[in-house]
Amino acid sequence: MSYTLNVNGKALSADVDGDTPLLWTLRDALGIRGPKFGCGVAACGACTVHVDGQPQRSCQLPTSAVGAAKISTIEGMAAHPIGKKVQAAWMELDVAQCGYCQPGQIMSATALLAKNPKPTDADIDKAMAGNLCRCATYTRIRAAIKRASGQKEA
Amino acid sequence: MTFQATGASRREILASVTAAGLTLNFAIAAKAGAQAAGVGALNAFVRVAPDGVVTIMSKNPEIGQGILTSLPMMIAEELDVDWKNVRIEQAPNDPKLYGRQFAGGSLSTPMNWDELRRVGAVARLMLVQAAAQAWNCAPGDCSTEPGNVVHKSGKKRSYGSLALACANIPAPDPKTVTLKDPKAYRIIGKATPQYDTVKIVTGQPLFGIDVKRPGMLYATYAKAPVFGAKVASADLDAAKAVKGVKKAFLVEGTTNLTGLMPGVAVVGDTWWAAKKGRDKAAITWAEHPTGKQSSKAFNARAKELAAGPPQRTARNDGDVEAALKASAKTVEAAYSYPFLHHAPLEPMNTTAEFKDGKLEIWSPTQNPEPGRQLCAQVMKIKPEDITVHMVRCGGGFGRRLSNDYMVEAAWIARETGAPVKLLWTREDDIQHGVYRPAGYHFFRGGVDDKGNLSAWHDHFVTFGEGTAPAGSAGMSATEFPSRFVPNFKMDVSMMPLGVPTGPLRAPGSNALAFVHQSFIDELAHAAGADPLAFQITLLGDQPAVGQAPSVYNAARMVGVLKAVGEMSGWGKTKLPAGEGMGVACYYSHQGYFAEVCHVAVSAAGDVKIKKMWVAADVGRQIVNPHGAMNQVQGAALEGLSHALHQQITIADGHVEQSNFFDYPLLRINEAPPVEVKFVMTDYPPTGLGEPALPPAIPALTNAIFAASGKRVRSLPITKAMLKA
Repeated sequence: MSYTLNVNGKALSADVDGDTPLLWTLRDALGIRGPKFGCGVAACGACTVHVDGQPQRSCQLPTSAVGAAKISTIEGMAAHPIGKKVQAAWMELDVAQCGYCQPGQIMSATALLAKNPKPTDADIDKAMAGNLCRCATYTRIRAAIKRASGQKEA
Repeated sequence: MTFQATGASRREILASVTAAGLTLNFAIAAKAGAQAAGVGALNAFVRVAPDGVVTIMSKNPEIGQGILTSLPMMIAEELDVDWKNVRIEQAPNDPKLYGRQFAGGSLSTPMNWDELRRVGAVARLMLVQAAAQAWNCAPGDCSTEPGNVVHKSGKKRSYGSLALACANIPAPDPKTVTLKDPKAYRIIGKATPQYDTVKIVTGQPLFGIDVKRPGMLYATYAKAPVFGAKVASADLDAAKAVKGVKKAFLVEGTTNLTGLMPGVAVVGDTWWAAKKGRDKAAITWAEHPTGKQSSKAFNARAKELAAGPPQRTARNDGDVEAALKASAKTVEAAYSYPFLHHAPLEPMNTTAEFKDGKLEIWSPTQNPEPGRQLCAQVMKIKPEDITVHMVRCGGGFGRRLSNDYMVEAAWIARETGAPVKLLWTREDDIQHGVYRPAGYHFFRGGVDDKGNLSAWHDHFVTFGEGTAPAGSAGMSATEFPSRFVPNFKMDVSMMPLGVPTGPLRAPGSNALAFVHQSFIDELAHAAGADPLAFQITLLGDQPAVGQAPSVYNAARMVGVLKAVGEMSGWGKTKLPAGEGMGVACYYSHQGYFAEVCHVAVSAAGDVKIKKMWVAADVGRQIVNPHGAMNQVQGAALEGLSHALHQQITIADGHVEQSNFFDYPLLRINEAPPVEVKFVMTDYPPTGLGEPALPPAIPALTNAIFAASGKRVRSLPITKAMLKA
């Protein structure tokens, strides 16, 4: 069946079964490949997108449940006032190793800063613990969040 | 050579270094290839466009180790260009041109450091000669500045204006070119962001999983939980009845546990459709001879073997029994470690297209050429009819040295008659790994009345058959502290294994560092010595023992031990009760590393890692300090992840874990700050992907002992082990 989704400010139509997780509708039907598949059970955070501004694991969200919600992906962050700053900090510190988890990390970090512009280390731990980095770039992830929020990078 | 099934030993890999040297001349003579109008290809690595943009090929796969950036930095330095004018492309898989192209053994830097600088220097000399011809002067009258040849009179020609003329200039012998004085480096040694960073941060399609081909379908592949078991029955019609499923078929497969195993392929117009079809196929599996193996049985068998005479003695120096009798203090301890899985965050995948007898493959692989050979052999296609494109890997850690997923994709694509992207689920990944083997060490050690380590006996129980250990399950007879203890005996017994095993980041070392450095720490405490001072005394003052590749340079290890002691305030920091520091050192992948860990252990047995310090000696030059720091921090944290969390267990012949909830990895809230210092010594630069990992584990377990008096002798660490 056809679903029209609001993705990064555009109305896009996809012909998929309603139980198809948003992740696969984005990746395979719409060609939006920034959100990544890592586990399929909301245990790694690689597929994180924003649904009406809230971070969500797109591997767990059926396409039929999206409705009129505004979906933002990593591809939309250049136009997001906070997302843009987070991306810039990620580039300046060259956070990534393999890079595979980083779209999800940036989505979670952007959502954190939207709610909490000056997060402490404990706030960062709480907001980011759902995003695995198998290369363990955690030192730089923390530093980049501090930088994007205009705080000293420990 | 191949390390498909079991992983190559370091010796095998080092032997191939020499072979790779021979290909450099081909690479330098090759000027053909992709030439756009006006673009001069100086050799197989370097093209220069009229506007001065220089395209440099990166020969090895990128798995997050930063090689896509750091290998071209070596060429660009000697070519003498501005880094901002450099564009990087992944080289095609072509061993005739580029030599061995793989990511393993932390070998990309040591194997290419000399050669790639020579590639750049040769290209620069050709540009100088082209300018000299144009100016009708001697090449000696010309020098270069970034991007230009400069005549002594001051006149200049840009590289872009000279590149085409180089087609008529013979390449000089790379052995004869003079390389730059490192003091003049403009690129090597400068912190350089990785080339793909903008693409990564903006979510552009870069990885294997992101590959798209016209008309592409998506595949899943179900294999038996018991390794190698065949399909007994499958309801293919039920799979095909799912909307979007295009094909469902059985694959007979082979008996190679890192090749094409038997299974059921389901192909759909989205991956989700294919997965739903697979879930409907109600597959049952045939009995298999390894269907009864289990971790519990391995553990029990290891104890039995340890109680009996060893199957062989790998080394016997001095007289261990007499030395133990004469020791002032003796310690006996049984250590063990579990199977581990790599779990790169990007699940295994490959896109393949079979058309008119030719197979084209896009694969996130660490080891493309053995993958091509595997496909050729299994599919009975000539290797020259197979092209493998290397795609950025979402992590590797050794898992992608095996190309099982590549041959599966190739087979399914040919069977389907359309381009196919095969993608594994996370459960497929965790249950069909190429695991770090478990192992068991039964130690006895003694210290003499002066407090020196005088006797060391290890009965190592591992997996294998005959005299051949399973993949990455062996131990060298030169493994430290071999050669540093006068009475030293290494016994080995093996039991058979029906689980595929192979290299995981710092193979061998990631387990052996834990057991050896922990037992040395136990003996230091038995001797009443400071553990760091005990290590320095043990190493002594001999500069180096043994021959390459098993040379051990004690002076370099003492250097990093002293450095990490200073960094961490070892012995000078007063810690509250329940806190402690541990030290460990380890030599692997030609790098010398010493690490200190500071932990707090609660009465309930909870561990909080407060900080790690790492002192590293990888020679005289860090190619890209930015990437180097990231590698070292990440590897040390991965060691902590092994120690705190990771374990694969086997029951009824299959892996019990299936996803990140039962195979947890370190998360940001557990990651301590990691302070790193590179100790510079006058040795050739070596690799950084691996050697920081092994000592992190015993640094942690030794710190736990200092904090709590609890000795960790098996991994992973549990709360029950540490409860007061």
